[in-house]
Amino acid sequence: MARYVFIESRDPFESNNVQFVVDTATELKHRGHQVTVFLIQNGALAVRRNARVAHLRRLAAAGVELLADDFSLRERGITTAEMSDGVRESNIEALVDLLIQDETKAIWH
Amino acid sequence: MSERRLTIAIMDAPYESANSTTAFRIIAAALKKGVHVNVFAYEGAVSLAVKDQAPHANPVKGTSVEEEDHPTTKFFVSSLLELGRESPLLTWVNCGLCVDERGAGNAVEGVKRGGPGDFLKMALDSVNTLVIPTR
Repeated sequence: MARYVFIESRDPFESNNVQFVVDTATELKHRGHQVTVFLIQNGALAVRRNARVAHLRRLAAAGVELLADDFSLRERGITTAEMSDGVRESNIEALVDLLIQDETKAIWH
Repeated sequence: MSERRLTIAIMDAPYESANSTTAFRIIAAALKKGVHVNVFAYEGAVSLAVKDQAPHANPVKGTSVEEEDHPTTKFFVSSLLELGRESPLLTWVNCGLCVDERGAGNAVEGVKRGGPGDFLKMALDSVNTLVIPTR
């Protein structure tokens, strides 16, 4: 079993490409791998509970770990209280910890 | 934890994308954790380290160069190279062909010149490799 870390930087309201991460991460999870999606830059715009996007709910339902970069959240005025269930606030240090684990594949998107 | 090394490939030109800021943040965080870092700057990213970059005033806000204190990417690269001077070590390699195309050879101290072969060696020598592409 490998660990996959997707670093999602894209704004889901701007690009339908985020579906790539949803499909790939979900499929990897179904195959028994550990999968994390780390939301950064405009990727963090998806975390507001009231946002009309469903992709994070799909990922959470599949058991994918969802983390959001605190710096990106603050830059965009998103508070922890506004965040969807299933997404945890995280930071760049935690991302580095993920990246330096053995058998971890990092995919920037 | 045993000695760890992370390789990061970056491609965005300076002042264009939040990717550059994120790359700087990852590099700094890794170095502060004692992780060695290799950076392979490709395409426009070779200009991040150009020594001739100058801070500017902000006429919209009416601030002078000193008041604006505008950060240049060369400053960030130099600061990271200082942070990763010995152990942990930051190795920053600019793609030579990309440098020549852009006339961007005047880089800050510590930046090396190399090619895709160096990137391969970096990746093989690292626990992980993160490629941050342009779109």
